[in-house]
Amino acid sequence: MRPHELLHPTPAGLYCPPADLYIDPVRPVARALITHGHADHARAGHGAVLATAETLDIMSVRYGENFTQSRQVAILGEAIRIGSVSFSFHPAGHVLGSAQIAVEAGGIRIVASGDYKRAPDRTCRAFEPVRCDVFITEATFGLPVFRHPDTAGEVAKLLSSLALFPERCHVIGAYALGKAQRLIALIRDAGYERPIYVHGAMEKLIAFYESSGVPLGDIRKVAAAERKTLKGELVVCPPSAIQDLWARQLPDPVTAFASGWMRIRSRARQKGVELPLIVSDHADWDDLCATIREVGAPEIWVTHGQEDALVRWCELNGIRARPLRLAGYGDDGEAETESVQAAP
Amino acid sequence: MRADLNSFAWLLDRLAYEPRRNGKLALITDYFRQTPDPERGFALAAMTGQLTFANAKAGLIRALIADRVDPELFALSYDYVGDLSETVALMWPVQHGGAGHNRPPPTLADIVEALAKTDKRALPALLASWLDALDETGRWALLKLITGGLRIGVSARLAKTALAALGNLQPDDIEEVWHGLELPYAALFAWAEGHGQKPEASDPAPFRPAMLAHPLEDEDFDRLDPADFTAEWKWDGIRVQAASGLNAQGLRITRLYSRTGEDISGSFPDLAERIAFDGAIDGELLILKDRRVQSFNVLQQRLNRKTVSAKLMAEHPAHIRAYDILFDGTEDVRPLPLAERRARLEAFVARHGGARVDLSTQLSFDSWEALAACRADPASIGAGPDADAIEGLMLKRRDAPYLPGRPKGLWYKWKRDPSLLDCVLMYAQRGHGKRSSFYSDFTFGCWREDGVLVPVGKAYFGFTDEELAQLDRFVRKNTINRFGPVREVMHSAEAGLVLEVAFEGIQRSARHKSGVAMRFPRISRIRWDKPTREADRMATIEAMLTKIEARASAP
Ligand SMILES: [Zn+2]
Ligand SMILES: [Zn+2]
Repeated sequence: MRPHELLHPTPAGLYCPPADLYIDPVRPVARALITHGHADHARAGHGAVLATAETLDIMSVRYGENFTQSRQVAILGEAIRIGSVSFSFHPAGHVLGSAQIAVEAGGIRIVASGDYKRAPDRTCRAFEPVRCDVFITEATFGLPVFRHPDTAGEVAKLLSSLALFPERCHVIGAYALGKAQRLIALIRDAGYERPIYVHGAMEKLIAFYESSGVPLGDIRKVAAAERKTLKGELVVCPPSAIQDLWARQLPDPVTAFASGWMRIRSRARQKGVELPLIVSDHADWDDLCATIREVGAPEIWVTHGQEDALVRWCELNGIRARPLRLAGYGDDGEAETESVQAAP
Repeated sequence: MRADLNSFAWLLDRLAYEPRRNGKLALITDYFRQTPDPERGFALAAMTGQLTFANAKAGLIRALIADRVDPELFALSYDYVGDLSETVALMWPVQHGGAGHNRPPPTLADIVEALAKTDKRALPALLASWLDALDETGRWALLKLITGGLRIGVSARLAKTALAALGNLQPDDIEEVWHGLELPYAALFAWAEGHGQKPEASDPAPFRPAMLAHPLEDEDFDRLDPADFTAEWKWDGIRVQAASGLNAQGLRITRLYSRTGEDISGSFPDLAERIAFDGAIDGELLILKDRRVQSFNVLQQRLNRKTVSAKLMAEHPAHIRAYDILFDGTEDVRPLPLAERRARLEAFVARHGGARVDLSTQLSFDSWEALAACRADPASIGAGPDADAIEGLMLKRRDAPYLPGRPKGLWYKWKRDPSLLDCVLMYAQRGHGKRSSFYSDFTFGCWREDGVLVPVGKAYFGFTDEELAQLDRFVRKNTINRFGPVREVMHSAEAGLVLEVAFEGIQRSARHKSGVAMRFPRISRIRWDKPTREADRMATIEAMLTKIEARASAP
């Protein structure tokens, strides 16, 4: 069997013909394996879903209990046989419940990593490299300019701004699944003990993290009447809310945004960010390269993001690589696409 | 706190994102408080424009990075980031065991000192060792500093205000002593922090903060009484302050300052040498030939030059048209009302003016309508052939003292109405910095009689962010050709986009293909509604020029 006979891209997503199923399909299918709960990877409406227990729970929180007709829990490291193919899930270090999926048949093992990161994160299990013949890597930050700094420095930047501007409210845009919880954990670990206020849209997923054993301290929902009284406080909200009327009603807000994109000045300015915090839930360039070396795969397939640069790096290092043009990813999490808004 | 370039870079980075004046002040004051001498003195010098680093050209930086990274990865990265210094700062490979690795990062003081004594050939290796030792933000700041591309949105005035806020000083207290002081300003910091004596203001020709005007709004006419005001022309030159006096050795020191306090005497030695009064006056620096005021373009030829040739000075002699007097001898006349200062100024210019300093004329008017008529046609009421060098009018309250900054209700500027043309968008180029991912530099043209569109100008501003996004979208959708960073946009008689362009003046120019050069062109409106064939013709521009020239040659 050749690798592309085991797994290949289709308009609906990565398809595995011998088992007749898809990984992270972007359209409703009969049978789906889901790497993690971000909306571009985990969609509602499939016939059957196989994913980690946390990912299944996150899908229920987001889409309601009926997001699929039947579900099966994948236990990390345990092989599940479907037809002639063996599947196993391994931690990806991206968000709570995130997993890489190893697909094995006819003596070939392909690992679909979903999204992953290598930086330490106490809100989810750390990435575990799995040796394989083909490694499918994301490339959200697949350019050598993306080097995420130590998160401690970014949190220090935030806390020093809080100290310097005690009259102002600091409002931080962060994605509701993963980024918000990791950011809050980092702020707590830096010794910040005051209440942290959150936008209503984040409440459920934060509660889910806490119930899964990720303590985040005193978290309070921002009540509408209370908005004006939050000077000197920290507020976390979805990125779309930082430029909204919602955020403008906070007292003299300092607008922060936690994202790997904040590394690039023009990106931060376009978003009107005043305090960019470079905190990412994806691997940076150095970690992408290190991971490719570590899994030892002779062939690399590169998907959503900056495929060209990573393919070039593989070539320079004598590793066979090709871009896997998969459509439909990057709508959630950090992997958003650059877009110019509005037209006459 | 560490006191190296990384920490100064950290401040610059924060300042670049902070839009509020008070926010910037708090950040700078905090930096001054946390950073020891002499580093903070160098930082103050950098922010007040007292340091020149610009030694390296972009080519040197390209060569350094080309030695270290794959050209294709560099090209992909540069294309994405859109800024050379930032791209190199981010992708610079930190070489373990490299020259600068494990060395402490350089301080700003180290950099200034080393650059002053390093010759060109040794510069690449020195720069590389610094880049190895700095973090991403530090590398960005270093590359921006040495290529002269640092724009941090901080004026010298703001930096001095932040310094004053270390203790109980006012920014003007700092200004008063500023020009007598030298790097790294340790005595100044000690005074500002309240544990040192006021530094001796030994400079006989210091800068005094300039008084500035507010734009006149329509509703002001009903509120203001013309009898309370004097009016004079606002000349299109450079607002300057000329200060002169004798130092302790009895030598004459003369300086010309821009309105922000920058010493520009070096560009105008012909003028500075001829000033021999004790005192300080405020006026407009203009080039006069045969007693005629020359356009700003002529004046521009004398700016930003390393050396000023005798020929240039002879052909374009600099003058001052005096508006006001600040010091008469050693007497501070700023507290006097304008009417009294004017009398002092007239006497002062009569005594000391010589051939290079004359008086700004006061206009007589008894109503705003009468003044509006003057403004609409300066040529007819005494400005004569100099009318094109007039930007508008200045209104000043007769009883106002000379105050620093922009006090409310005392001085107003009333600019001339801009000219307008409807032009067709022809080319677009990507912008820089914040706009690097938008097409924001637009070239536009007007129709020649034979139906060919001739480019007549370029504009980078005038639109809102929303309009910029719309223009960018239009450019991307209607591109017909690409030349490097430039896109040619559909522009035929049937299809294309009309832009209403406003500008402050127009003149013939041999350097431009169209034969004309606009001053301060900007996009005043996007005419989504207007068919391209209805845009203005070159004949319209020709008529404008003829009118201007007829006025200029009138006796
Ligand atoms: Zn994701
Ligand atoms: Zn993704």
